[in-house]
Amino acid sequence: MSEHNGEGRRLRIATAWLGGCSGCHMSFLDLDEVLFDLAEKADLVYGPLTDVKEFPPDVDVTLVEGAVANQDNVELAKAVRANTRVVVSFGDCAVTGNVTSLRNALGDPAELVRRVYVEHPDIRGAMPTDVVPALLPYVEALHEVIPIDVYMPGCPPSADRIKATLLALLDSLAAGEGIPSLDWRGPEDLRFG
Amino acid sequence: MSPRNGRPNVPVTIDGQDVKAFEGESILELARRVGVPIPTLCHLEGLSIHGGCRLCLVDTGDHKLKPACATEVTAELDVTTTNAEIREHRRRIVELLFAEGNHICAFCVSSGSCELQDLATEHHVDHIHYELGYERHDVDASHPKYVLDRDRCVLCTRCVRVCDEVEGAHVWDVAMRGNEARIVAGMDIPWGESSACTWCGKCVVVCPTGALSFKGRATGEMRHDPELVAFLARARDEGEWIDRRAEA
Repeated sequence: MSEHNGEGRRLRIATAWLGGCSGCHMSFLDLDEVLFDLAEKADLVYGPLTDVKEFPPDVDVTLVEGAVANQDNVELAKAVRANTRVVVSFGDCAVTGNVTSLRNALGDPAELVRRVYVEHPDIRGAMPTDVVPALLPYVEALHEVIPIDVYMPGCPPSADRIKATLLALLDSLAAGEGIPSLDWRGPEDLRFG
Repeated sequence: MSPRNGRPNVPVTIDGQDVKAFEGESILELARRVGVPIPTLCHLEGLSIHGGCRLCLVDTGDHKLKPACATEVTAELDVTTTNAEIREHRRRIVELLFAEGNHICAFCVSSGSCELQDLATEHHVDHIHYELGYERHDVDASHPKYVLDRDRCVLCTRCVRVCDEVEGAHVWDVAMRGNEARIVAGMDIPWGESSACTWCGKCVVVCPTGALSFKGRATGEMRHDPELVAFLARARDEGEWIDRRAEA
């Protein structure tokens, strides 16, 4: 049986990958057979697991992995927010900056870029120009850039945690009830690290 | 906690429950004795009272909330240990601790056995409302056996107190104030150069976070043993030195 949002069409979910290691997406794939349940409830319309170039309109839920580290991350985050009913800050990098934000304590990222691209390579060291997106002066948590509806910490959030939170969310949206209370979350569902 | 003489005879109400407290007992001691949970961070049984973290704030009907660890009971006191306002204060305290340090649980030696991480879960901290500071704090890895990672320090001063009060070495102090406050060895020398340090490791086992750890532990491998101090305090009072905690 397929589930629909309040407007009578199938639920649409997406994922986005900003400044993170993709571990949260790996954990999402760890849902294993639950992915079939998910496919019954919703269509996956965008993300690293699809071959869609532009973020589509009318998305019900988007899981956003990673901190906001560069200009591309800012643009994708804003596209997600503009086209999504429920944005989930997905994993510790999105929620707190986590590992991605370690460079914040080191100050100006230009020095880091020079170390990595000019000093470190054995041959042809040069500053990147048009292909590599410009780094922001400071890495920010996702909620510092766009408003967030649901936070799912974890590095990565376990498959069980993703399942519990995401299914609660989809079931509530399908019933036309909006974002559910997540006060039931205990140590298995809510924990940094 | 010193042993109490006689019977408790001070009438106190705690969360609607009528109980009898000992003369001079703190609200926290009473609550723990009668099974009412109050969260703590800086407090540790067997050490002096610090009253710094404010997680144990309770409502006594006064115009302001009081730290349960540092407030003695009085006759007819009516204590509320938890309500919406108190929970909100506690959640904000935990968030401020996260905002002030660099508590990156994902690669912390103490992840999985960290009192700050547990408090965050317990108080439903799913993100930090405050702007994260990302202040850089120095790591001191000069000691052959132990490491001090100030990024993970919450300045609870358990290490300062246990070294002074139980080991009698007084290696640790808090230097500077406000955001600059930091734990220092001796007169701010590398820990490994401290001639006062006896290498006993008590500071390491009482640390509530990953700030103090055994050298060489990887992510999630550190296990602290803060209850050791209560055992030592009782052992000194009662002359019973066999550690039976593992059997309990």
